Amino acid sequence: MTAPQPLIEFRAVTKVYGMGEALVHALAGVDLSIAESEFVAIMGPSGSGKSTAMNIIGCLDTPSSGEYLFQGIPTSHLSRAQHTLLRRHMIGFVFQGFNLLPRTSAVENVELPLVYRGMAAGERRDRALKALARVGLEGRASHTPSELSGGQQQRVAIARAIVTDPAVLLADEPTGNLDTKASQEIMDLVTALNRDQRITVIMVTHEPDIAAYASRVIRFVDGKVESDVARTEVA
Amino acid sequence: MLQETLKLALKAIRRNPLRSFLTVLGIVIGVAAVIAMVTIGNGTTAKVTSEISKLGSNMLFMRPGQFGPGRASTTAKSFNARDVAAIETQIAGLRAIAPISQASETVIFGGESRSSSVVGTTGDYLTALDWGLASGRSFLESEERGRAACIIGETVRSKLFGSTDAIGQSLRVGKISCSIIGVLEKKGQSGMGTDQDDIVLMPLRTFQRRIAGNTDIGTIVLSAQNGVSTSKIQANVQRLMRERRNIANGKEDDFSVNDMTQMLQAMTTTTTLLTGLLGAVAAVSLLVGGIGIMNIMLVSVTERTREIGIRLAIGALESQVLLQFLVEAVVLSVFGGIVGVLLGLGLAYSAVSYLNVPFVTSLPIIALAFGFSAMIGMVFGYFPARRAASLDPIEALRRE
Repeated sequence: MTAPQPLIEFRAVTKVYGMGEALVHALAGVDLSIAESEFVAIMGPSGSGKSTAMNIIGCLDTPSSGEYLFQGIPTSHLSRAQHTLLRRHMIGFVFQGFNLLPRTSAVENVELPLVYRGMAAGERRDRALKALARVGLEGRASHTPSELSGGQQQRVAIARAIVTDPAVLLADEPTGNLDTKASQEIMDLVTALNRDQRITVIMVTHEPDIAAYASRVIRFVDGKVESDVARTEVA
Repeated sequence: MLQETLKLALKAIRRNPLRSFLTVLGIVIGVAAVIAMVTIGNGTTAKVTSEISKLGSNMLFMRPGQFGPGRASTTAKSFNARDVAAIETQIAGLRAIAPISQASETVIFGGESRSSSVVGTTGDYLTALDWGLASGRSFLESEERGRAACIIGETVRSKLFGSTDAIGQSLRVGKISCSIIGVLEKKGQSGMGTDQDDIVLMPLRTFQRRIAGNTDIGTIVLSAQNGVSTSKIQANVQRLMRERRNIANGKEDDFSVNDMTQMLQAMTTTTTLLTGLLGAVAAVSLLVGGIGIMNIMLVSVTERTREIGIRLAIGALESQVLLQFLVEAVVLSVFGGIVGVLLGLGLAYSAVSYLNVPFVTSLPIIALAFGFSAMIGMVFGYFPARRAASLDPIEALRRE
């Protein structure tokens, strides 16, 4: 038996924006490997390439060169539609700005990814309510985002991300818009999801105390991995 | 999936009801115009057709000039009494031949006056048109030589005489005074909406000498005997008149002889042409309506960029986003189509009761207007939907 296949693997990935004089190397050759069930925090100053790396992991963007493998499968030859299907079935997104649909109830927001899977309405509602219960929002299903606090909105977003049972949860500054108490609650929830449901979590943050929830911290500087350490060494 | 998309589209439209309504106003007006015009046109045609068919198929109308769209000639010379005499003596199989000259004159009796149609003709007029008398009698031969006798229509009788017996009274027609010898049966409105009973008949010669001041005859109505083919009479009359009017071989007639079906055809051609013109105007309005929809859909895509980004990020395919916006545009325009059809039928309904023609709805036209509005939504919704679907999710999510 060979070593277990990494869930996510970067091989000499580069990403270049612009052209000529204005050429920007967002990623300058990154090698990276993340196994299943890991909880990884990605840190780094703005412009370090961490967001670009997240976009590539989330199949929202493609590398300029190098190869990104998801579950051992190279993704460079996939079409835009195939990238979408990969996102739909494998990846859950949590954003800094929550990105819930306005004027749409919590449960409808959570149902959204299932709608695109073509799931029947009854089953969809069941699963959405279960996901809301999992994030501690039973009883708030019919509230619209404007009727919920920031922390609650982010919980709805997490419910939406996990309702599809994704292989990986991508969180881009999930606590960036929240106060300390709400941030703590969200991070406890994410940690529990990682621990209990073995969901792989990859999270971008610039706050060290948020990164401290992760079991591994990868630091980006100038489009390169500067350091990659397990939490025991960070603490 | 389509059901979800439909629900989504209805939600988006309901979110902004006023804007949605204004967006489809162009479609509403266009469709309503088409429906109203066609319905009124059909009603008029139906009435004209039924009236002409009532007149019977053994009649021929002869008029100077050629008629029909784009060829109304006014230079052709009128007929005269010698033409009538020639036809009478040389054409076989005629039941009646009625020369007609017409003018609008003021008719006065007692304190009442009105402007009526005054027709100079002969007693054959009543035979040719199958028009009976309610009371009194037709012209005597002696009166047809130039006496001032007249037969009045029901409208003239009721408006001027009321309950008084009109027979034997003296009616003032323009500058002359004539004695009433008969009253016509009520005939009602014509297909063109004019009152056929608002009429005063007098002998042709009296009319020519004392009202028109010339010897012209405007129209000659011919009625064939039963069992005699009208087309044969038509051909004979045509040959005779070409001779009498010295028309060289190869030259077009400067008069026309038409039977009822041909009259009907000429009438329908005119109606069809008008309907076509109005339809073109309505089509332009539909086009403008479509541009309105495209405009609002583009605005909507810009406003909802972030929403589109979210949908794309969580697994909506481009085709699904495309469908969402396309369905929204089609639902909008179909909604406009429905409102337009209802409005058009309502307008037509009130118009036909005013014009006194039957209300004839045309299902194919309703279906066509409806389908056309759906197509407008599809065509003009495609570009905005394409734009929404091709958004980059990263860029879209960054947008506030």
